[in-house]
Amino acid sequence: MDFNDTPEQAKFRAKCREWLEANAELKENKSSGHTDSTLEDHLKVAKAWQQKKYEAGWAMLHWPKEYGGIEASPIERIIWGQEEAKFNVPGGIFEIGLGMCGPVMMQYATEDQKDRYLAPMAEGKEIWCQLFSEPAAGSDVAGLRSKAERDGDDWIINGQKVWTSGAHYSDFGILVVRHDPDVAKHKGLTFFFVDMKSPGITVKPIKQITGQAGTGAGFNEVYFDDVRIPDSQRLGEIGDGWKVAITTLMNERLAVGDARGSDIEEALILSKTKDDAGEAMIKNDSVREKLADWFCEANGLKYTKFRTISALSKGEAPGPEASITKIVSANKLQEIGNFGIDSDDMAGMLIDENDGVSSFQGAWLGAPGLRIAGGTDEILRNVIAERVLGLPQDPRADKGLAFKDIPTKA
Amino acid sequence: MNLDFSDDQKFLQDEAKKFFDKEGGLANARAVMDNSLDGDEKLWQKIIELGWTGVRIPEAYDGLGLGHLELCVIAEELGRSLAPVPFSSSVYFFTEALIKFANEEIKSELLPKLVSGDAVGTYGIAEDTHQATESNLNVTVTSEKISGIKIAVPDAGIASHMILVVKSESGTDLRLVDLNDTSVTVTPQKNLDTSRAFFKVEFKDTPSKLLGETGKGWTYIQHLLDQAAVLFAFEQVGGSQAALDMAKAYSMERFAFGRQIGSYQAIKHKLADMYIAVTLAKSNCYYGAWALSSESAELPLAAATARVSATKAFQLCSKENIQTHGGNGFTWEYDCHLFYKRSKVLSVLLGSEATWKEKLVSNLEKTNTLAKG
Repeated sequence: MDFNDTPEQAKFRAKCREWLEANAELKENKSSGHTDSTLEDHLKVAKAWQQKKYEAGWAMLHWPKEYGGIEASPIERIIWGQEEAKFNVPGGIFEIGLGMCGPVMMQYATEDQKDRYLAPMAEGKEIWCQLFSEPAAGSDVAGLRSKAERDGDDWIINGQKVWTSGAHYSDFGILVVRHDPDVAKHKGLTFFFVDMKSPGITVKPIKQITGQAGTGAGFNEVYFDDVRIPDSQRLGEIGDGWKVAITTLMNERLAVGDARGSDIEEALILSKTKDDAGEAMIKNDSVREKLADWFCEANGLKYTKFRTISALSKGEAPGPEASITKIVSANKLQEIGNFGIDSDDMAGMLIDENDGVSSFQGAWLGAPGLRIAGGTDEILRNVIAERVLGLPQDPRADKGLAFKDIPTKA
Repeated sequence: MNLDFSDDQKFLQDEAKKFFDKEGGLANARAVMDNSLDGDEKLWQKIIELGWTGVRIPEAYDGLGLGHLELCVIAEELGRSLAPVPFSSSVYFFTEALIKFANEEIKSELLPKLVSGDAVGTYGIAEDTHQATESNLNVTVTSEKISGIKIAVPDAGIASHMILVVKSESGTDLRLVDLNDTSVTVTPQKNLDTSRAFFKVEFKDTPSKLLGETGKGWTYIQHLLDQAAVLFAFEQVGGSQAALDMAKAYSMERFAFGRQIGSYQAIKHKLADMYIAVTLAKSNCYYGAWALSSESAELPLAAATARVSATKAFQLCSKENIQTHGGNGFTWEYDCHLFYKRSKVLSVLLGSEATWKEKLVSNLEKTNTLAKG
């Protein structure tokens, strides 16, 4: 057992590091961050960074060589990610395109379309989003109701999508809609890509419980009113929409990792440095107990990740252990945020006039969303139970019914 | 990054699993329980024949001369099968104490006997129902002779020797005694898990030998506890996984309201939470295994983390395994109670969850920064 790179991995890491050092600033020396920039500025900086990576071959490591990638192994992607994270560079804009939309285009688009769309996606010139969730179709996303009706060589789309990250600055999107409500739920879906500037598309930012809307990788509602999509932009056969969507969702699961934000380190530092009735908080037994519990969780997740990386490092398929990550980290984040707020006692609810929401307050406000996004705690427990432990599926009330006959209210 | 066991170690684990299954699995623990035995002598003899009591003993003393990682994989399988043998007392504690702290004379005399099974060791720390501390020990050594009472000593009915921490003129000592000495009285104590046996051990001017330096007994025993905590944590993970597997199997075959109970989310989510607890514990154990095998300064933190995490996992899995089995789970006939009882014994055997959480946080207090994963 050791935590070292193999010689090849060390070589790859050094290569990443060398290029990053020549082209970006280490986080320790950050003076002028991008934190206060406007969305326009942030996009500009993010696009420029993507372009730079593209030119040097770092933009889409895992893509096939024919589309400009280097077919990097999973461990090489991890190494790149670890090194890039040490630098003060913008992120969060291109992941959906490169991670989900690109691969689905490679698999289902025509050669002409691949030539037209993949390079600008990789280069950061065009941003992509994913239009799956709907107001009435969250965990049960296959229950979506947005309609596609055939009209000559086009399809006419009507309906609404929701929780679409980055729709407000995206150029294109991948979309799954219902072309036939008379067949079973999963069979009546068809998959397209769409120009987000098409007439009839309206994007409205969602104001979240954090009070934020439309900043960074914010979420949106996307309305479709008689939006025309040529049949040539269909991905997969008519009725294969669910199959195509599942491929992209599998890619999403790989992308969803730790909940970022206040963790045990921050709770520990606070406990050591903040006084509570004349004594450091860490001297309080209830605080000590919580710190022990969070450390066991945080450390357990850290070494779970190391086990996964170790398997990848040997070229083996990792076990299912990573499936616990989001459920544990999002709940821990919520508890630690709560703890940080409580540490200010009667004044815990106050927001600092100058600094704004503290990181503990931010964690507490953001954690409820993380417990839902990318699979709710409850869905993830079902996933662990069914796919990892092999327990039977729930009996489904919609089984064997045509979509239009599925009950939607009491 | 290689946070994994080697192919040889995995092979050893696989062999250990097959061995315990072949020898009867849980039936051995049940037999010891039903017949009020001190342990399964036959199973213990076979373990000795496999050489496992000498895993860590250098080849010069007839052992296999392997590392702690080999012990970790065996421990997990012992835990999975709830093997009723004095392995943990003799191997995790006694043997390690001799390897680390004994002089050459003691090593040459006892290590080969531990390999051959002619000697079996155990350890004594507790003296009453309060947490033992450096300052509240009453068992005392004077002129090399020990007097006083240790309680809750595992396996003293089978063991020939014992290490114990005692009050001495220079503070505390770690000392070795021969349990066959006529001055020693060993009395069985009733306990919750009768697949394991615990004893009161009374010393009256019992001759003893010092291990290491006088005055360092408490430091030594803390180190031995840290080492053992990692190995016991592997046992706990093995037990947790077995309890989860048992709950899973039952939830697939038991029907209620016309469905497998495993198709209800109430059961699925319960089992998913068990899986989460086992996975966290296992990963913390790997961290512990790394710290133990590399003699890292992080061992005290890693051991406490593995211990707390594995204690929680085994207690959760064993109690929810009973719950998943409904009324059947509360019968003597079903094996659920074997896990429940063993999980309780393992959770207090090295000191309670609260004690180890305190160790964990004390270690966090000493660190200035934590490496982020």
